[in-house]
Amino acid sequence: MNTAKYIRLSFYLLLLAVMVFTSCQTMESVITTAATVAESQKMIDPSQAGAIRKHTSDVSRSFEDFTPEQEYYIGRSVAAVVLSRYSPYMDKKADDYLNILGQTLALASDVPETFGGYHFLILNSDEINAFAAPGGFIFITRGLLRCCRTEDAVAAVLAHEIGHIQHKDGLQAIRKARIAQAFTSLALEGAKTFGRQELAQLTETFEGAISDITTTLINNGYSRSLEYQADKTAVMILKRVGYDPHALTEMLAVMEKRLKSGGLDFARTHPSPASRITEIKMYIDKSSPVLIPEARQARVLRALENI
Amino acid sequence: MIAEKELKEERRITLNRIAKMIGIVRVTLFSFLLICIFVLPGSAGYQKVLNVQIREAQMRSSPFFLGKIIARLAYGNRVEVLEDRGAWKKVVVPDGKIQGWIHASALTTKKIALQAGKADVKTSVTGGELALAGKGFNATVEAEFKKKNRNLDFTWVDRMENFKFTTENIQAFLKEGQVISPEGGA
Repeated sequence: MNTAKYIRLSFYLLLLAVMVFTSCQTMESVITTAATVAESQKMIDPSQAGAIRKHTSDVSRSFEDFTPEQEYYIGRSVAAVVLSRYSPYMDKKADDYLNILGQTLALASDVPETFGGYHFLILNSDEINAFAAPGGFIFITRGLLRCCRTEDAVAAVLAHEIGHIQHKDGLQAIRKARIAQAFTSLALEGAKTFGRQELAQLTETFEGAISDITTTLINNGYSRSLEYQADKTAVMILKRVGYDPHALTEMLAVMEKRLKSGGLDFARTHPSPASRITEIKMYIDKSSPVLIPEARQARVLRALENI
Repeated sequence: MIAEKELKEERRITLNRIAKMIGIVRVTLFSFLLICIFVLPGSAGYQKVLNVQIREAQMRSSPFFLGKIIARLAYGNRVEVLEDRGAWKKVVVPDGKIQGWIHASALTTKKIALQAGKADVKTSVTGGELALAGKGFNATVEAEFKKKNRNLDFTWVDRMENFKFTTENIQAFLKEGQVISPEGGA
């Protein structure tokens, strides 16, 4: 009998019908569902269904498909690499201050919830630098904190880094081929097929991803547009919490004076402070700077007195 | 006689084919209906059931970042959405009476399959649990990565994670610094 043939034909007809009636965006879920339906109706066997799902998903994978949990583990290892190049400053008072301020700002961002939360650490370096590892691990050097004269300015620095986390800029630094590779390994279903060899392969991909990110963070920097975007997010966060967004341009003005051209820090990895200020001025309110309350100024000086 | 028999046979085959075709069309339409039921509601409105995609999600009494925390939900917990307001979702735990607001960044439509009682993914490091807890880049892969990169020290990464402040700490901090949110509090 040719029943199997007809059933297969009807499955293709179904796919065709689906393709006609839906847009490209929902294509992946539709095909995946179609495969599931076909499988449940015994039109195709589970391995065929699996192959369809896998093929469909591999094509459209991007950095956005990493789950918050995967992002967290990537972030932890990126953080460990950053800490292999820089040592922590180990000033509990200052770290505590940075964390309560930073976590307040993160709550007001568009991604207040990451898998492991936002955490901040001061690096013992005179360089003017900062790093945001995926998932919420943020590092600020003493050199950069010295560019901040107010709590609002410190908030601006932290909010910029939170912006990088919110936009997943770290994950975007992972090469496309590597992402495809990762999801091909992940497509293997079940613990039975996930043996030593797959683990070794996945670890290799992981290692590559960490290297892609740290190279961008430490050596090359993000694109100018990603930096401008992080500044824009910083302004938004500062406004939401109640800090003066002009503190960002004030901090950048101090940084401009302190950066040495040809240095290994922000000078190499970021657009010049002057061009960032020009960009920010295009959307920031022209209102006069807010007077900073005494108590707020007193506590930033107290917390960062040894910086 | 023979020709008539052949004709009858041919007619029978044709009828059979038509019946089969109708069957196929029915299967197709049925499948299409199934797709309409399962896929289209997702694109038309929001998914009714969502899953916690972070280690611990905070359920707040109001849709505001400093809203009072009324419950904490674990990774993989399922919630039903009652209402949307901006980036906040009013949800209810299926088998409980607790309801409150959770930020959308803590939730996903993807099902997270955890082994029963293994809410803390960090503890699930054996191979058998790999497929159940977070697949892919997880604690197992990190352990392998550490073996290959013994120069890397995670001590301070672990310590960083202990820097945590409560909503009460944060509210006191904002009050002390006279930082006033223009959005107002709750």
